[in-house]
Amino acid sequence: MVPLWFYLVVSAALFAIGAYGALARRNAIAIVMSVELMLNAANINLVAFWRYLNPFEINGQIFAAFVFIVAAAEAAVGLALIISIYRSRQTVIVEDVNMLKW
Amino acid sequence: MDVNWLDANYLPWLIPVPPLISFMLIILFTGRNKVLSHSIGVGSVVLSFLMAFGVFLKATGTEEFGPHAYGDSIKWMDVGLSEFRMGVLVDPLTAVMLFMVPIAMLMIFVYTVGYMGAYPDDDPHKIRYSRFFAYLSLFAGGMLTLVVADNVLLMFMGWEIMGLCSYLLIGFLFEKKSAQQAAVKAFMTTRVADVLMLVGIGYLYAEAGTLSFRDILYNAEVLERLGNADLTGYLGLSAASIIGLLLVIGTIGKSAQFPLHAWLPDAMEGPTPVSAMIHAAAMVSAGVYAVIRMFPLLEAGGNPHHAEYTAPLILMGVIGSVTALGAAVLGVGQNDIKRVLAYSTISQLGFMVAALGIGAYVAAAFHLITHAFFKALLFMSSGAVIHAMEHGEHALEHGHGHDEHGHDEHHAHHDEHAHDAHAHGHSSYTWADLNAKIEHGIEAGHLQPGERTPYGADYVGPNGELPDDAEWKPSIPQGLKPDFVAKPNNIALMGGLVNKIPVTAYAMLAGSASLVGFPLITAGFWSKDEIIADAMTFITNNGQFEGHSPWLHMLVFFSLVIAATFTAFYTTRMWLLTFWGKPRSAMAEHATLMNHVDPEELAQAQTSLKKFWLQYSNSALMQGPLVVLAFFAIFAGFVGIHGDFPVLEWFTGSHNFFHEFVGPSLLHEPATIPFKIWPVIVSVLAFSIGAGFAYVKYGVPRDSYEKDPVQNMVGDPVWQALKNRFGFDTLYLATFYQSFEWFGRKVSYRAIDKDTIDGILETIAVVFNNIGEGIKRFNHVIIDGVGDGIPQLIGLSGRWFRNLQSGRVQQYLLFTAVMLLAIGLFFVLRVL
Amino acid sequence: MDITWQTIAFFAFAVMTLGGGLMVVINRNLWHSALFLMLSLFGTSGLFVLLVAPFLAAVQVLVYIGAIAILVLFAIMLTRRMMGLEETQNTQWPAAAAVAVVLFIILVITVSPLVDEDAVTDIFGDKVANLNANLPVDPDAKDSGVVANNDLDIVTVEAIGEALVTRDGFVLPFELASILLTAALIGAIVVAREDEA
Repeated sequence: MVPLWFYLVVSAALFAIGAYGALARRNAIAIVMSVELMLNAANINLVAFWRYLNPFEINGQIFAAFVFIVAAAEAAVGLALIISIYRSRQTVIVEDVNMLKW
Repeated sequence: MDVNWLDANYLPWLIPVPPLISFMLIILFTGRNKVLSHSIGVGSVVLSFLMAFGVFLKATGTEEFGPHAYGDSIKWMDVGLSEFRMGVLVDPLTAVMLFMVPIAMLMIFVYTVGYMGAYPDDDPHKIRYSRFFAYLSLFAGGMLTLVVADNVLLMFMGWEIMGLCSYLLIGFLFEKKSAQQAAVKAFMTTRVADVLMLVGIGYLYAEAGTLSFRDILYNAEVLERLGNADLTGYLGLSAASIIGLLLVIGTIGKSAQFPLHAWLPDAMEGPTPVSAMIHAAAMVSAGVYAVIRMFPLLEAGGNPHHAEYTAPLILMGVIGSVTALGAAVLGVGQNDIKRVLAYSTISQLGFMVAALGIGAYVAAAFHLITHAFFKALLFMSSGAVIHAMEHGEHALEHGHGHDEHGHDEHHAHHDEHAHDAHAHGHSSYTWADLNAKIEHGIEAGHLQPGERTPYGADYVGPNGELPDDAEWKPSIPQGLKPDFVAKPNNIALMGGLVNKIPVTAYAMLAGSASLVGFPLITAGFWSKDEIIADAMTFITNNGQFEGHSPWLHMLVFFSLVIAATFTAFYTTRMWLLTFWGKPRSAMAEHATLMNHVDPEELAQAQTSLKKFWLQYSNSALMQGPLVVLAFFAIFAGFVGIHGDFPVLEWFTGSHNFFHEFVGPSLLHEPATIPFKIWPVIVSVLAFSIGAGFAYVKYGVPRDSYEKDPVQNMVGDPVWQALKNRFGFDTLYLATFYQSFEWFGRKVSYRAIDKDTIDGILETIAVVFNNIGEGIKRFNHVIIDGVGDGIPQLIGLSGRWFRNLQSGRVQQYLLFTAVMLLAIGLFFVLRVL
Repeated sequence: MDITWQTIAFFAFAVMTLGGGLMVVINRNLWHSALFLMLSLFGTSGLFVLLVAPFLAAVQVLVYIGAIAILVLFAIMLTRRMMGLEETQNTQWPAAAAVAVVLFIILVITVSPLVDEDAVTDIFGDKVANLNANLPVDPDAKDSGVVANNDLDIVTVEAIGEALVTRDGFVLPFELASILLTAALIGAIVVAREDEA
C-alpha cells in the first residue's frame, strides 16, 4: 500500500496550488475554482487519515461528505455573487471591484 | 483471473465485444481510412460470428440444454443488502438467436461495403462512409449484448444502444429534411414506449427482487407469486400482468406495432443496409425477442392453451392481429419498394406478437428467425434494385440531354451512349446537380410543377404539386426552392429488371416466396403455418379449451389468414412490378450494378480477374450476401417442420427439431400440437388466392402512366386513404404534436413556470425584503441613535488605517496568508 | 516499497490531480481552466477510490464534476466577455507564489516525521489499524471468478446511509446541512436574480 505521507504531500501540494490561485488570479471565477482545489486538498487529507488511522469508524467519511456540502453551498453562492457583480458592474475582475474601502 | 475464455460459459461475454471495439476504433482512430474502417467493421462481425457459431454448435450438442443453460455473472454493484449481478446467459432461445443474428449481420456488413462503395466520392454516403460502419458496429454490439444478456437491465441497455443507433442511422443522410424528421420520429416514438418499459422493469425489480431471467422466468415459485392477483398487484391485475403490460408496450414501440407503428415506414429514409439492420437482424426483432424472452412472466397466472388469457396476452393478441391485418392492407397501396417492405415487416411482426398472445411460443420464435433471414434478404435486394436504378439514372444523364421530354422514343440510341458515358466515369451526379437541372428545366419552360421529369424524378412545385402517383409528401415551405423527388425506389417506374440484375431478381424471388409462404419449399411457409396451426386449434382441437371461449384464438386466426392473403397479394405485386414486364422508365431501361470505371484503368488491368473486379466489385459484394441469405430464406424452415407432416416425416423422423430445441427454454416445455391438415390447407389457400390474383392483375406488361390496377378496382378515395396510411401520421401530428406544443406553451411555460414558480419566488423575495426593511429601520432608530458617538471616534482612527485598505480582496488575503505563515514557521522552526 | 498497481495508480491520479490543479491556476484560457478543474477533481476521485472510499469517489464525481464544475462553466459562459483577459495574474503574483511555496514547505516539514512508517504508530499510538489482520474475506470471491479486493467492505454505502439518518449517528448535522444547502440555493437565486427595476 502507498504510504500515508504520499497522500499528505499530494494534498499539501494541491493546497498550495489552490492558495496561489486564490491569491494571484484576477478573474473571480478562477478564484472560486482555486478555492475548490483547496477544499479538495483538505478532503484528500481527511480521507487519507481516516483510511490509515481509523478505517473501521465511519466518522472520517462522513466528515468528508460534509465538506462536499459546504463546497457545494460555497460554489452556488459564490458564483451567484459573481454573476450579480457582473450584472451591476460589467466585470468579474476582483481588482476592479474595490468599493470596499475607506 | 483463471478463466478459460473458450469455455461456453464464458465465451458469450466476448461475443458483443468485437463490434463495440470496432465502433471505438473507427470513431476514434481510423475514420479517415475507408478501407481500414470497413475491414475493421467486417472483421469484428466475423469474430463475433465465429464465437457465436461456436456457442451455438456447442449448445445444439448438449443434452438437456434447457435446464443446463450456459451462463456466468459477476457482481455489478451493491444494492442495499443484496447485490446486483450482471451476466450472460445462453439458453436454447438465445442459441438460435446467436445463430441468426451474426449471420444476418455479417451479410449486412459485407453488403454495406458494396452498397456504400457504389456511391460516387462526393455523395454523403461516401463522405461519411467510415462513420456508417462505426454506427453499424455499435448497432451490432447493442444487439449482441441484448441477445446474450442474462437480466432485463442489461437487455434494456442493449435495447437503448440500438435506439440511439437507429436514430443516428435513420438520420444518416441528414442533409435531407425528411431524414432528419424520420430520425426524430423513430427516436421519440420508441422513447415513449421505452419509458413505460423502464417503469415495468422497475416494478419487476421491486416485486421480484431480481432482474435475472433465470431467477424469474425459470422459477415456478416466483412466477406463481407474481402471477397471483391476490398476493401482488393492483386493480385486480396481478403484478405479472401489470409488468407484462408495460413490457409489451415497450415492444409495441420497438417493433412498430399499432398504434406506435408510424415511425417504421419513415425509417426507410436511412440507407438500405440500415433498413435491413433495423428490420431484420436487430431493432424490431429485439422487440419481439424481448416479449418471447419474457413470455413466462406474461402468461403467469393464466394459460393461453386453455383460453385463460392474461391481460398482457390479450393486449398482444389484439394489437398483433390489428397490426398484422392493417399493415398488410396498407402494403397494397405503396409504390415505394422499401415502404412495401416496411409495411410487410410491421405486418409480419404483428404475426409474431399475435402468435405469442395465444401462447404459440415456439411458433413465434421460429417465425422471428425465418423472418429475419428473408426480410434481410428482401431489404438488401431492394437496395440493390435502387442502386441499379440510380446507376440507370446516371447513365441516362450522361447519354442524353437533360431537358428533353418523351424519353421513350430515344431509347434506341441511349443504349450505346449510356454505356460509353458510364465507362467514362464523368463527374457523378448529386442531389444538388439534379436540383439544378430541374431548375434549368423550369426556367426554360419545359417543366411544369407536379410533372414527372425524364430522370424519373418528380418535380415538386413551389406549392408542393406532385404527380398523382407520388406518395412522397414534401414538406417544402411555400416559395422556397423547389425540391426534387428522386424516384429510384418507385416500383411504378421499374419493370423488366429481371434481365438487368438477374441475381438480385432471383434472390428477391426467393425472399418474396418465403414472405408469402410459398408452400412446402420456403422457410416462411413453415413458420407461418405453425402460427396458423396454433391459432386454429379452436377448430382442430377444441377439446383443449375445457369449455372456455377461445375468442382470442379466433380473432388471431381470422386476422392472420386475411393478412396472409393480402401479404401474398402485395408481395407478388411488388416483385412483378419490379422485375417483370417491360421497363417503364429510362432509369429502369439502363439499370445496372456495374461500377463506374475509368476506361484507362480498365485497359491497364493485367489479368481478367482484375478487370472483373474493377467492373463488378460492388455488384459482387452486394449480391453475394443475397445468395447466402436466399439459401437460408429457403432452407432455414426445414428445421421446424411438424414431426407428423405427411411424407416429410420420413425425413424428419417424426421430430420437430426447432420445437424440441427451443421449447425447453421454458420451465414447462410447451406441448406440440397434434398435426392436422386444415391449417396447411388454409395457408396454401391464402397464398394461392393472394398471389394468383396479383399475377392476374400485374403479370401483364403495363406503362408507368397507367393507373394501378388496385386503384381501378377500389376507386380513388380508398386508394388515397391507403397512400395516406389511413391518415395516422396526420392524426398524430394534429393530436400529439399540436397538443403537446399547446401544453408546453400554455401550461408548462405560462401557468407553471411564469405564474406559479415565479410567484412563489417573488413572494419569498418580498418577505425577505420586508424583514430587511424592518431591520434597517431598527438600525436607524436605535443603534444609530445610541452609537453615534463611538463611530466618530473610530472614524478618526479609521482614516489613518485606511491606507492599508485598498479594497482589493486578494491583497487582504495575502496579508492574512503571510501572517499565518509566519506563525506556522515559528512552530515549525521550534520543532526542528 | 514495492511497485504495485496501486502505486502506479496512485501516481497516475496524483499527477492528474496536481497537473490539473496547476493548469487551473496558470492557464490563460478560463474555459480550459474549468476543464482542467474537472480533470483535477476526477484525479481526486481516483485517489478516493484508492483509499477505498467508493461512496466519496462517486459523490466527488457527481457533486464536483457533475454539479459544481458545470456551475462554474455556466458562470464562465454568462460572463464570457471576460474570458479574453490580457493579464490573467494580478500584480502581486510573485508574492503569492512565494507564499504558496513557503506554505508547501511548511506542510511538508510537518508531514516529514511520517515518512518513517514506524513513526506513524509512535505518533498516533494504537489507534492505527492493522489493516491486513481484521478484514473479512469475501466468501463469494472464488465463485464469481473475480479476485476480491479484501478492503472493499471497510465502510459500506449502507453503513454511511444508516449513520446519516440515525439519532446516534449524524442525523442532526445532516439535517443542518440540508438547511444550509437550501439556504444557499435560495440565497444564490436571490443574489443572482435580475433586478425587476
